[in-house]
Amino acid sequence: MAIELVQLLIYGIVLGSILALGAIGVSLVFGILRFAHFAHGDLMTLGAFFAFSFYVGLALPMPVAFVFACAATALTAVVIDALVYRRLRRTSPVILLISSFGMALILRSLVQLIWGPSNQVYDPGIQFPYLIWGLRIKPDQVTIIVGALVLVTGLHLFLQRTRIGKAMRAMADNIDLARIVGIDTERVVIWTWLIAGAMAAAAGIFLAIDTRLHPIMGWRLLLPVFAAAIVGGIGRPYGAIAGGLVIGIAQEFSTLVLSPSYKTAVAFGLMVVVLIVRPTGLFGGRR
Amino acid sequence: MDGGVGLLNYGIFLATLIGIYGIVTLGLNVQWGYTGMFNLGIGAFFAVGAYITAIATSDPSPSHLGGFGLPTVAGVILAMIGTGLLGLAICLVTITLRTDYLAIATIGIAEIVRLGLKNEGWLTAGVRGIAGIPRPVEGLVPGFDALTYLGVVLAALLLVYLAIERLYRAPWGRVLRAIRENELAAQAAGKNVVQFRIEAFVIGSMAMGLGGALYAHFVTFISPEAFRSEFATFLVWVMLIAGGSGNNRGAVVGAVLIWVIWSGTELITGRLPEDWVTRAGALRVLMIGVLLQVILLTRRQGVLPERPPRPIDE
Repeated sequence: MAIELVQLLIYGIVLGSILALGAIGVSLVFGILRFAHFAHGDLMTLGAFFAFSFYVGLALPMPVAFVFACAATALTAVVIDALVYRRLRRTSPVILLISSFGMALILRSLVQLIWGPSNQVYDPGIQFPYLIWGLRIKPDQVTIIVGALVLVTGLHLFLQRTRIGKAMRAMADNIDLARIVGIDTERVVIWTWLIAGAMAAAAGIFLAIDTRLHPIMGWRLLLPVFAAAIVGGIGRPYGAIAGGLVIGIAQEFSTLVLSPSYKTAVAFGLMVVVLIVRPTGLFGGRR
Repeated sequence: MDGGVGLLNYGIFLATLIGIYGIVTLGLNVQWGYTGMFNLGIGAFFAVGAYITAIATSDPSPSHLGGFGLPTVAGVILAMIGTGLLGLAICLVTITLRTDYLAIATIGIAEIVRLGLKNEGWLTAGVRGIAGIPRPVEGLVPGFDALTYLGVVLAALLLVYLAIERLYRAPWGRVLRAIRENELAAQAAGKNVVQFRIEAFVIGSMAMGLGGALYAHFVTFISPEAFRSEFATFLVWVMLIAGGSGNNRGAVVGAVLIWVIWSGTELITGRLPEDWVTRAGALRVLMIGVLLQVILLTRRQGVLPERPPRPIDE
């Protein structure tokens, strides 16, 4: 039994790492642009498929494909912002919400058009798991956890050490004050999309490594990603990391008592409970 | 001659679906157009309405709960009550929170409904779906079943339109607009904002349930695969925004316009080369998605912008 629980905990950390990477972007965008970005799941899908093209199509090594895919997705996010979101920013944030919902469908249909509607994988064949004290851990899962750790550390250094990172935190705290002290808000917005896009791509690629590629893979994960951002306190990137782990682990543990097909419902339930009990999230985000 | 009949039948089919979508769009107009409340789970309300009436009115079957063989009217009323209660449940959880959270919560409900329809076979027969949902006016005018049912749908659309247009002009609608424009001011004027918002959301949900129920009786077979839930949600949103949110006539015009455009995109994708056929659906969604962005960027108020009734003392 104890082994089984630890096994689920490991699965939970793997899923949690993926959710955390997605939730960081949602949280950053919410903190700086003040709207819930509904196309984030499909940005994840796009990133995974970009990597598919670089890795399978161009036969590049995976780490290179990973970096290229993150860069391509980050650029896509910036282009979407420049074409659509930027022009709508003066209106109310809910218009942006509708627009991003439409953008989600645009991205998804583009993925279907370019890469086709069926399932794909990066590497065919089965990976044999390591056996450690009766625990089964796949090499891929180690890659995902380590990769997420590296990315999160990088984000931490970026937010704490660089000028633009500090400007981002300032803007998330108080946008008017940030303007008054002369922060170039449009530049911060571009950086926000770059980071959110790259993190989304990473989440999508890890998700595809853990499961498989499919045009609606990211959309299906959007709700747990939002749940992670809200549980961690929306607008707080550090909270999003913790929120991702909480939701991921809770989803895996729930399979002990519930049918696994209801994993998403567990994320939703947890989110609702947090919204009722502590609307600012566990780590004090904004309302 | 045959071509003429075929075209006429297609026209009736198109008009019936437009009527059904029109009712749903009017429901969204109460929620979003009047009150500024988000709902990204329209497809779920639609599906729940369809399933409730399917279970209530179809003949008894071992493969799912019921059917109870109730009259259609009872099924439709039950569908509206059921979706109203679902709307109430969502409200009770999220009503005091920012509108973004409501949007996320409705996505959550939609996802849970989708999973439930698929996995709870005892209730919904799972992926096999429910067949043999009765058509209410069958044989009333022999040979004109489709046309009579269109009459039923249009009558329902007119009723819903008149009812919520009346609500818009009533003090109740005025309070909703006040809440939409400035919640604090409405509160300061002594209005119970929470209660008004719940009422608006529940009424909108019931209209969506009605649409779903009419759809079930129209197609007579429903399954989880038949509802591309988030796509229906998306289409209804485009209809309302294109037509003009806040304007009921706009909502109906939007439903007509977008459904005709949506059906028209089939003509474009029909001309594509063979190997593109499997991707035609995605291309059509892409076109509607781009249309939404263009409308948002260039004519956000829609074809028929909102025109609130004039203040009395002017």
